[in-house]
Amino acid sequence: MSDASLPAIAPVVRAYGLGRLWRRHPTLLIGGAVIAVMVLLAAAAPLFAGNPMAMDPMHRLLAPSALHWFGTDTLGRDVFARTVFGARVSLFIGLSVAFGAIAGGLVIGLFCGFYPRVDAVVMRLMDGLMAIPSILLAIALVSLWQGGIPVVIFAILIPELPRDVRLVRSIVLGVRERPYVEAAIAGGARTGKVLRRHILPSTIAPLTVQGTYVCASAILVEAGLSFLGAGIPPSIPTWGNMIAGSQLYLALAPWTIFCPGIALAVLVLAVNLFGDGLRDLLDPRLSRQQ
Amino acid sequence: MGAYLARRLLATLVVMAVVGVIVFLLLHLAPGSPAAIIAGDNATPAQIDMINHELGLDRPLPVQFVLWAWSVLRGHFGTSIFSGAPVMELVLERLPATISLSLVTIAFAATTAVIAGVFAAWRAGGVLDRTLMAVAALGFSVPVFVVGYLLIYLFAITLHWLPVQGYQPLSRGLWPWLSHLLLPALALGLAYLALIARITRASVLEVLAEDYIRTARAKGASSLSQLFHHALRNAGVPIATVIGIGVALLISGVVLTETVFNIPGIGRLTVDAITNRDYPIIQGVMVIFSGAYVVINLLVDLSYTLIDPRIRR
Repeated sequence: MSDASLPAIAPVVRAYGLGRLWRRHPTLLIGGAVIAVMVLLAAAAPLFAGNPMAMDPMHRLLAPSALHWFGTDTLGRDVFARTVFGARVSLFIGLSVAFGAIAGGLVIGLFCGFYPRVDAVVMRLMDGLMAIPSILLAIALVSLWQGGIPVVIFAILIPELPRDVRLVRSIVLGVRERPYVEAAIAGGARTGKVLRRHILPSTIAPLTVQGTYVCASAILVEAGLSFLGAGIPPSIPTWGNMIAGSQLYLALAPWTIFCPGIALAVLVLAVNLFGDGLRDLLDPRLSRQQ
Repeated sequence: MGAYLARRLLATLVVMAVVGVIVFLLLHLAPGSPAAIIAGDNATPAQIDMINHELGLDRPLPVQFVLWAWSVLRGHFGTSIFSGAPVMELVLERLPATISLSLVTIAFAATTAVIAGVFAAWRAGGVLDRTLMAVAALGFSVPVFVVGYLLIYLFAITLHWLPVQGYQPLSRGLWPWLSHLLLPALALGLAYLALIARITRASVLEVLAEDYIRTARAKGASSLSQLFHHALRNAGVPIATVIGIGVALLISGVVLTETVFNIPGIGRLTVDAITNRDYPIIQGVMVIFSGAYVVINLLVDLSYTLIDPRIRR
């Protein structure tokens, strides 16, 4: 399909060929491809990456070589194996927080948009949560609750929540004035049905985009928390833990810091690019400008 | 103007009250009694009982909240479990380093971002624009601590241009102070710069399409005057807003940056408190940083009236 054959007003939903998608939304494909590779490597880690825990004190702080692609750390552990296994934790936390925050934001936001009394109270609570710097709130939650991955997910999710609630709420407030929603209410549809059938669909596209940004931010916060010693227990190889454990060896063995650091940056960049691409694809206003 | 001011002040007080309730409840909703948390891991039951009584933890929760809020308002955040010193004293001791780092960062990042953003909007789609947007995408994705170690490795370990870590107070001279802050401010400022540059570019781009810019051009105003006098001023409100909102980003970054660069500020105080489970410090720092964030945003809101006279009504 050539561009000349397009109708003057482009319909919102179109069938995309891969070639056209590449021309119009390169970031979506690049980001998606990098994410796909990382997910595959992480999933297949036990098959090829080697043992991330095996210590070898005779071969500590070795530079990258054919045997140890990313070198070894201060305990002689293989940095490549640890980086690949670290991806599993980052991806798991990123996805869990994204789904949790979107689900929570959706439920709370729908209620807020429809019940002004709930709205007044909940939005003040959200304003308060937003005023507390996210990493401090997460540190407080982790240091009070103590514990492994579930607590870290919860601690990252709570500070993320207000933005998602606000997003859903603003969509609901905009949509509920539309004639089709008023017609449904006038026609006697129950509130639950109005929310599910008439309002929920409008939130799906913006929430999908928001979800990718939450995922990227969660991966960054988890790495930050682990780096500070307030995240995943140090025995588990995560990118933040690896960097924290190698702090003293920056001059001697920079690969112990930069290998997990670059992996982290590449993953977060890919997720952000994917989100930008998704936004352009799903937001007809923006994509028409291109 | 008076009504606007009163409304904004009231909203700020409400937000701070909610912050207080959240911070207070965090400790009381956590598993294990607050006294056990405050007493630390090695406390005996008798010590815990004593703390319960001393701090009024045996009273009803609302009463406790009022008492706690009252002492916080007077600047008493309790005492550190680890050192026994008042939290406020510890915070004040560390304040100069954190304020130095924040001010250098804001000054460097905001000026660079606004100037770069304006020029990117002026030549939208050009080389500068594309470079800036690429840097912005990186700024959002590369974590502060990775940038920090990269800068240390390049400029301190390899090139020996700047000190590796640490902090020197301003009283030791301008250069020792500044040279220890340059790399941390660069690392910390990258995400902040990305945020401000993006918003500046978008707002200026929008304003440049307005009729009065065309009028200014028709009158023969120079490009620079068009950009900075006509366009930037009218794009000022969203830019000021994002500078204020971005402070939240900055505060989270301060905690990480101070750890990477070994700067004895409030961020390091917090990180040391994690290791010692020194909850009163974490609680105090949360209230103080949230307060700073809220006050900065109040000031930003008030600055709108200077930028845009239409809001003055």
